[in-house]
Amino acid sequence: MNEPGASNRSPESNDSVVARLIRWNDARTGLNSLLHDALDEPIPGGAKLAYVFGSALLFLFLSQIVTGVFLAMYYVPSADHAHTTVSYITKEVSGGSLLRSIHSYGSSAIVIVLLLHIIQTFVYGSYKGRRELLWVVGCILFALMLGMAFTGYLLPWDQKAYFATTVGTNILSEIPLVGNWLKQLLRGGTEMGTLTLSRFFVLHVFLIPALIFLFVAQHIYLFRKSGAAGPVSADPTNPNLPSEPFYPKQLVMDMGFALLIVIFVGLLAWKIPVMLGPKADPSETVFLPRPEWYYIPVFQYLKYWKGWTSIVGILVIPGILGLLLVGLPFLDRSLERRPWKRPLSVGAFAAVFAALGFFGVQSHRQDEKNPGVATQLEKQRQHEEEFMKEPFQPELVGASGGAEPTNALAGKGQTLFTAQGCNSCHGDNGVGTAAAPKLIGVGKKFDSAKLESLLKSPNSAMQLGGMEAVDLKQADLDALVNYLQSLK
Amino acid sequence: MPQTLPPDKPRGSGHAASSTPDLVSRPRRSFLAGLLTAGTAGVGALLAVPVVRFVLHPVLAKTTEKSWSDVGTVDEFHSITAPVQKLVQIEQLDGWRRTLSQKPVYVVKDSAGQLVVLSAVCTHLGCTVPWVDKQNKFICPCHQAMFDPAGKLIGGPAPRGMDVLPMKIEQGMLKVQYQFFRQLTPKKEVIA
Repeated sequence: MNEPGASNRSPESNDSVVARLIRWNDARTGLNSLLHDALDEPIPGGAKLAYVFGSALLFLFLSQIVTGVFLAMYYVPSADHAHTTVSYITKEVSGGSLLRSIHSYGSSAIVIVLLLHIIQTFVYGSYKGRRELLWVVGCILFALMLGMAFTGYLLPWDQKAYFATTVGTNILSEIPLVGNWLKQLLRGGTEMGTLTLSRFFVLHVFLIPALIFLFVAQHIYLFRKSGAAGPVSADPTNPNLPSEPFYPKQLVMDMGFALLIVIFVGLLAWKIPVMLGPKADPSETVFLPRPEWYYIPVFQYLKYWKGWTSIVGILVIPGILGLLLVGLPFLDRSLERRPWKRPLSVGAFAAVFAALGFFGVQSHRQDEKNPGVATQLEKQRQHEEEFMKEPFQPELVGASGGAEPTNALAGKGQTLFTAQGCNSCHGDNGVGTAAAPKLIGVGKKFDSAKLESLLKSPNSAMQLGGMEAVDLKQADLDALVNYLQSLK
Repeated sequence: MPQTLPPDKPRGSGHAASSTPDLVSRPRRSFLAGLLTAGTAGVGALLAVPVVRFVLHPVLAKTTEKSWSDVGTVDEFHSITAPVQKLVQIEQLDGWRRTLSQKPVYVVKDSAGQLVVLSAVCTHLGCTVPWVDKQNKFICPCHQAMFDPAGKLIGGPAPRGMDVLPMKIEQGMLKVQYQFFRQLTPKKEVIA
């Protein structure tokens, strides 16, 4: 273990406090060897910029966790409050708009880097040579990330969130037999509502992140087990190129790329803060939903399938494509990695990307060409801008149970209730305080005559609690009793 | 069994030596490690700034601007001879929530004939003090604290006279800034 030649000095003497502390810790945790294992991972053929995407994804995921956790400090997942709280975060809380924008742009960055990661892995043929499970776990992570994007989009509960998710969940009902049931399961009912928001919140904040943690751990483990594949010229199962440890060169590249992302996302979030539109209004009929940019190609693609063919478009084709993607390392068994020697798979892969790009452009052009659509989209954009300019409106909370008195007599009674100071112990609108019980529903317990007599001469329990006899003119007493009766 | 533990030995020192010639590259590597650590810490600290501000917002944000509630027009109170009770609407902010409630206040004239607005909350235990016209004084129903028509303490368990609220007159409208005061203390002390 302790080779005498490894160090010139005896470890017991002359060492700095830091060195001794590190040694103390290592003897108990094994941290140093863990670090060595992590940092000395051999990379066949040496460090390359092409390999930075995986760790960038890990970094972005951590950034999403940090910003997400803090956003949850003010966010309330209910149809009543979600929009108000996001508006509060965006317009009032210091750094709130920046944090929310970093979270939002961060999700876009994840999609971009994820695509780059997949493209790199595909083009380099890095899924070959006993890496099937690594690839499959990667595909699961891809699906989970898309799930995060979809569920997170609804949470601000503004117009575009509401309507885009309405459309998104409607797609499910195209699935034969179980489609409608699935849609209701996801929505928590037939319509979009506060239960939908709760479900999406739990998926976005608890369930999917937990799965991502699990599969990221597996992905990293499987990656370390199979080893880095190296450049396209390397044999994927037995790379015989001279290798270079991960630290320092590859680590510096990875960190440099992460820094680039930080600068880019940070500047974007600072200069172009993410907008919040007006609160979701389900009765609105003309709103044109558009999903986040990375879902636009799919959105456009789905437009082409109408009627009975929609099963083909929504289920069969994506199903086949998904199976081909997941099954790629099982189908493509050759160990050839150079992309120019694999025209079929690379061609098919490029074709899918070209199609997605084409759909994206088509969607944009159709929106521009149709004057009705273009004006409506422009109007929606203006509504968003107007809403962003409005100052934050706190949610008005009427004291609970404080419905307006139903008649004039009860109204007079309410005034007396406050004027006589009943509210200083029984709370505004009779909601109760620590000093005295609530009076809501007291009319169910006692009839008017009993209430009146209790007011005039409180019973012993009431007197013990500090209740004084009420000395009022009969008309005022009637009004007060009437008001108490109205508290429901 | 040995009585003391042997000193902590560096573990896996052979590990690093196998992949890199240790003695040559160690200073360069540790300099780089220091640089990377410092850089990461710096960027991390920079990124933590908005997060810390975000978390501290409720603590550091300026207290919400003082809100003034309308009591009534000044003319209404010109010729009052006894305290007049008015209900004022007050607004309380709780993060993203706003609560509206009504509080009773008294408009009275002080010895110099100037309008003064008093909180109706007893300085003793917080009951609402009614004006008793027949006896020409405020008498708290809870423990019989008594105050003169200008709110001065004249008897009972209360530690101080009725609390004067900040007021102003704007375009003929009497406005008051409703406040809550600590009870049971001889000195007036705003708590909200």
